[in-house]
Amino acid sequence: MLYHDVLIVGGGLSGLRAAVGLCEKYDVGLVSKVHPIRSHSIAAQGGINAALANNPDARDDTPEKHTFDTVKGGDYLGDQDAVEIMCKEAPVIVYEMEHWGCPFSRFPDNTIAQRPFGGAGYPRTCFSADITGHVLLNTLYERSVYKDVKVYSEHVVLALVTDGNLCHGAIVLDQIKGEIIPVAAKATVFATGGYGRVYLYSTNALSNTGSGIGIPFRAGVPVKDMEFVQFHPTSLIGTNILMTEACRGEGGYLLNNKGERFMERYAAKAMELAPRDIVSRSIQTEIEEGRGFEHELGKYVQLDLRHLGAQKIMERLPGIRRICLDFIGIDPIYEPIPIMPSQHYSMGGIDTNEKSETVVKGFYAAGECACVSVHGANRLGGNSLLDTIVFGKLASISVDQYLQSDGFKPDEKLLMSKKAEVEHKIKQLNSGGSQRPFKILDELRLTMSNLAGIFRTKDELQQALSKIIELKERYKKVNVSSSKIYMNYELIGAWELESMLDVGHIIVLGALLREESRGAHSRRDFPMRRDAEWLKHTVATIGKDGEPNISYKGVTITKYEPMERKY
Amino acid sequence: MTDKDYFTFKILRYDAAEPDIEPHFQTYKIRVIPGLTILMVLLRIRDEIDGTLAFRSSCRSAVCGSCAMVINGKIDLACRTQAASFGSNTIILEPLPNMQIIKDLVVDMTPFWDMYEKVKPYMIRKGDYPDKEIAQTEEDRKKIDQYVNCILCACCYGACPVLARNPDYMGPAAFAKLERFMLDSRDERPDNFLQNVDSEDGVWGCDTVLRCIEACPKDVRPTDSIVGLRKQLVKNKLFGKGKNED
Repeated sequence: MLYHDVLIVGGGLSGLRAAVGLCEKYDVGLVSKVHPIRSHSIAAQGGINAALANNPDARDDTPEKHTFDTVKGGDYLGDQDAVEIMCKEAPVIVYEMEHWGCPFSRFPDNTIAQRPFGGAGYPRTCFSADITGHVLLNTLYERSVYKDVKVYSEHVVLALVTDGNLCHGAIVLDQIKGEIIPVAAKATVFATGGYGRVYLYSTNALSNTGSGIGIPFRAGVPVKDMEFVQFHPTSLIGTNILMTEACRGEGGYLLNNKGERFMERYAAKAMELAPRDIVSRSIQTEIEEGRGFEHELGKYVQLDLRHLGAQKIMERLPGIRRICLDFIGIDPIYEPIPIMPSQHYSMGGIDTNEKSETVVKGFYAAGECACVSVHGANRLGGNSLLDTIVFGKLASISVDQYLQSDGFKPDEKLLMSKKAEVEHKIKQLNSGGSQRPFKILDELRLTMSNLAGIFRTKDELQQALSKIIELKERYKKVNVSSSKIYMNYELIGAWELESMLDVGHIIVLGALLREESRGAHSRRDFPMRRDAEWLKHTVATIGKDGEPNISYKGVTITKYEPMERKY
Repeated sequence: MTDKDYFTFKILRYDAAEPDIEPHFQTYKIRVIPGLTILMVLLRIRDEIDGTLAFRSSCRSAVCGSCAMVINGKIDLACRTQAASFGSNTIILEPLPNMQIIKDLVVDMTPFWDMYEKVKPYMIRKGDYPDKEIAQTEEDRKKIDQYVNCILCACCYGACPVLARNPDYMGPAAFAKLERFMLDSRDERPDNFLQNVDSEDGVWGCDTVLRCIEACPKDVRPTDSIVGLRKQLVKNKLFGKGKNED
């Protein structure tokens, strides 16, 4: 058994920021299923929002204006007290990251450069070319090396240990050695990222399975607003690799097969820089109405950067150009990029408050795996990197307060009995069942992309629900090829598949019940937002039968009364 | 679909936990369509043919640095390498050299990370932080651009001939990281800092045969950093000056 004051699960921006905030005072252990530098934070491109007012066109920008844009962008489902906190913290953490070495791009007056982004009234997205996630993650990892944070690389969490009220730690698998290790901790922070791989078409890394949401759910922790799934407007066709919103922030156009900048029909003022939910629906509509292009990899519209010129593309979007050359053999200096919308981000997640606390004492969550909620029904570009660092930091402050006031000792017996349970379950995964894990996963992904995508209907969601229930049944007979526990990626995949099925189930159930359209949740059969009935958060908890039970809770409104969203 | 669409993949198999079984190649046949990357091939083999195959992967878009390996003799990221790009329908996959194999295509990167930590890969400042950002010109920031682009995939480490004969050599990526901070106008590391790399295990060990530059998937030129660090060391010796007194 391992002992730590604090166990942090996840080595991306949230997890590292929480660790850096706690490691001087407490014995911290950080568990990461990949080396921290491989975490999906690395792939964020466009930038991080903060009302620094550095841009000459934004001298009167303020955290209040950032708050308003975020609340409106989220179609009024965000909790406004939490959004205020995040936007107020934004300049603090951006300067902090700069002080720790983050190489932001600069304005001619030597301040941090800021570019326009979707749904924002001011150019407030701080960036480093188009590799902002890469530089932020490197900076925080460097900081963690400086602070000597204890990292358990390539260790994957298998179960969370709670007694219903209190968290006692987690059961972790050392992937290299094959040891199943109970980790006793007074406080546990999950910072495990999103679940993009539940969808067939996703910009997310292969490691983004959402097991960090499914595992707490299985342990009785509520999850929130899972039906709100962000589809990014611009992913490369075929591979669905992200083409950053900064392409449009820097002035790129979206064109249909008639050569029209079709966004004029959907958001005449904001055009390509409308929020992501609106742009994704617009692209989908263009394609469905026959104004897209055809390709063997799928239907698409064009993202045209040519008019930006070679110099701007090389300076501001070099990573995008590299990806286009490597993955589709297109140079965006000379040719438009073929793009389609695909799953990108999870607004929903583990139900947390503005202090990163959950209902289970000693269990915290931060970043994409959590739902505070600051993004409401639709996240604005540039707000996710912000969310990860702010709530990683706030989690470290909350954990510090909790540990000061509590002489709590984790229950070792409980941890050992959970370990035995996990070992038994692992054995069952190699006991001659007839189902291959990849088959089940393929069918889940196809179901989610086809039946719970950008536009949704009751019929399709019901079909999706029956399919997932069937897949969960089949999962009981899942079988992996080897009984070895070390270096067995197939086994880890099969373990995580259970969470993925739960995550899919909760998304579809929440979407089926929510009879309105709000932000990224768009029902063809209920096209309007219906505040009287639906201005509320969806909360899913596990029932005795293992199935999700849905309830609802209110949204915190402080200053901004819901109004119609126009761009 | 014809037979010629089926490529032969010969993959090095070895399990350090079962050292009695020698490293050997195992052959898999996979149908290759245009656009199929080596990583997609590996994922298909593990899913559909052989669940025991071990390799690392994550972002599948050449930014996370997980999947460096030797592909038909050339070191690269599996995720950005097209299967059909070799003009041959037999493809050989081997793990990165200069590190111990854990299993199949997964190597133990501990020495790589040890060297990384040795150069103190973080910003060092002397005084208090300002209220806002530390001022930096765009021109100064651009000086570190190529080193900032490093994704720590260890392609260079695997390609380095010096490491093949001297495992204590620090390797190209560590020097690139050090130079990234040496050239950062905001960094204030002390004058004697380069003593760490002033040896044959350090920057003087490099053969300057540029294999690291050739292997880098992100256009970083580690040799530039080695040359820069050597120059700084010579300057320090001649004039007794450190970086922050220039």
